[in-house]
Amino acid sequence: MSVGEATGEGAVAATATPHRTRRVLVTGVSTYWGGRLAEALESHPEIDAIVGVDSDEPTRELHRTEFVKVGNQHSLIERIVKAAELDTVVDARLVVNSLMSAPRAAHENNVIGTMNVLAACAGPDSPVRKLVFKSSAHYYGCEQDDPAFFTEEMRRPHAPRTALERDIVDAEESVSEFTDKRPDVTVTVLRCANVLGPDVATAFTRMFALPLVPMVLGFDPRCQFVHEDDVVRALEHPVLNHTPGTYNVAADGVLALSEVIGLLGKRPLPVLPPWGTGALAAPLRRLGFRIPDEMVNQLRFGRGLDNRRLRATGFRYEYTSREAAISLGEHLRLDPVLRGHEPAYTYEKEVEEFLRRSPHVRRPEHEEPLGF
Amino acid sequence: MAPDRTSLAGTPDTTPEAGGGVPALPGERARDLLPAIEPERTITDWGRSERVEGMLDRTLVDFFYRYWFRCDVEGIENLPAEGGALLVSNHSGALPPDAAVISKAIREEHPRARPLHITVEHFFKGYPGFSALIPKIGCVPAHPANVHRLLYDERQLVLVFPEGRKGTEKTYSERYKLRRFGRGGFVEAAARAEAKLSPVCVVGAEEAMPIFAQLNVLKRLTGLLYFPITPTFPWLGPVGMFTYLPAKFRIRFLEPIDTAALGDGEGLDTAQVQTVAHEVRARIQENLDEMVAARHSVWFG
Repeated sequence: MSVGEATGEGAVAATATPHRTRRVLVTGVSTYWGGRLAEALESHPEIDAIVGVDSDEPTRELHRTEFVKVGNQHSLIERIVKAAELDTVVDARLVVNSLMSAPRAAHENNVIGTMNVLAACAGPDSPVRKLVFKSSAHYYGCEQDDPAFFTEEMRRPHAPRTALERDIVDAEESVSEFTDKRPDVTVTVLRCANVLGPDVATAFTRMFALPLVPMVLGFDPRCQFVHEDDVVRALEHPVLNHTPGTYNVAADGVLALSEVIGLLGKRPLPVLPPWGTGALAAPLRRLGFRIPDEMVNQLRFGRGLDNRRLRATGFRYEYTSREAAISLGEHLRLDPVLRGHEPAYTYEKEVEEFLRRSPHVRRPEHEEPLGF
Repeated sequence: MAPDRTSLAGTPDTTPEAGGGVPALPGERARDLLPAIEPERTITDWGRSERVEGMLDRTLVDFFYRYWFRCDVEGIENLPAEGGALLVSNHSGALPPDAAVISKAIREEHPRARPLHITVEHFFKGYPGFSALIPKIGCVPAHPANVHRLLYDERQLVLVFPEGRKGTEKTYSERYKLRRFGRGGFVEAAARAEAKLSPVCVVGAEEAMPIFAQLNVLKRLTGLLYFPITPTFPWLGPVGMFTYLPAKFRIRFLEPIDTAALGDGEGLDTAQVQTVAHEVRARIQENLDEMVAARHSVWFG
């Protein structure tokens, strides 16, 4: 647990000291992870302020998070950080699926966006003492001669193959430059494995939702997953604790793809050709097999991560890879029954303003109206 | 194409990264934090399948071990019953039967049998068919980090053929002549993992699948590691790769060699590593010569 105390007044120590988080900025608050994290942080009374920024409106109902609609302009973010004296920044914006946004937009977000967020925390009088950066296991890539378990010190053995992987490597490089330049800021980088869960939409959950799960002929790759709830808890963990460094976020257990398909109660469809899978990915996407480029090699060689370093800091996973797959399987069977019944949340600025600022809103005794 | 890396000498990429200020976990702690084994699963984290391995073991491997090759095992008591151990053996045959036979010998003869992990080239991970099957029967790509995790963290048995592809490429006329043992990477791997080196000699594999020639043109065309001409391959097609002649097998486990004296981690003495590598090679060659000399018939032993 953290033992240090926030100094705030620009006291620049030589090294990062344990720092207790009081006021948090969540970037990408309208993405799935940003929203889930803000939601989770709201339940901690010791965190005074949560500010979320994004260029889109939030997709989750947040109660005390202040949303500011702002793009990746660093000057604006810097003003927010300074004005609200935010001591912790959680960067949860990273795009990790090349099918989720256009390549240019992904590059803009992952590389330029990261630089801007870092620039916003880099000023000499910045109140930021802690930075949490959500990265992805795509950092390691996926090749034939990979080790069976990547540890955090390993660099990828080959140059990135896809634009998305290149962007993630670039983004992490800017973060590590920032770490060197600002030794007084505790920087935590989390490299997340492929996420499964009932709520999140990832390339793997989409593939597993197909009636027959495509496999590459003659291959049965090792897959490691992490449950969505565990990712949220892993993002929360460095905010509440002192954990400088880079950590893999991956559940216990590496499964064979055929094993996963069995757990989901699906049937495999080994139709993808072993050679030229990448070249075929584009026409296949038209047919509904939405396999992003960075996943093609995973379907052949698989990937495993060593998750011990994060567990050594006291973090415990609630789900193993197997349990994450089972939880997705249950959801997939239930989904057709529930479809269309979920009330979708839409962000209405006026309503949110009213709920937060109006003196007429009755709040529990201990809760002060937020703001300044 | 297959990356040309059979040696275990390469150090895992350990360039400390900026921001990765957390030191590596100490051994005991790292072992405590290994993921627990889920009893519901029949596949290990390395991709080893109890079901597939068991099925092959009861049928094909059992038949070859007992009736076809009639394996004789000597010195099984020399194999460490606990702790990590790196088994080092001579290698031969186009699709080498030696690894499977050593693995089976441990299962059958050793009082405290443990699964044996067989290191194979990265090539197999990228070749359709092999890629799905090879990990299921206990093979692991020969990456230094894989060997280290198995030996040091999981304290398992790992089998390595330091001759690598040079061993399986050699033709019948060169039988039982050990090739160069890489650059001593296997000694380094064992020393760094504080594991014992356990030399193993196999006699019979050279005659079970004699290779008369290697065809480089066809090797390139098929994308295989090599294209051997054996009594049955390519004449019988892919089946020919699995067709062995009924040579009599003898397996001898030699006394283990302690690598503790070599130091660990950074302070490895390269000269001593080379000395130990040569010593291991010499001991295997010596025992092979002795075993071949004692044998009256290739087929009946």
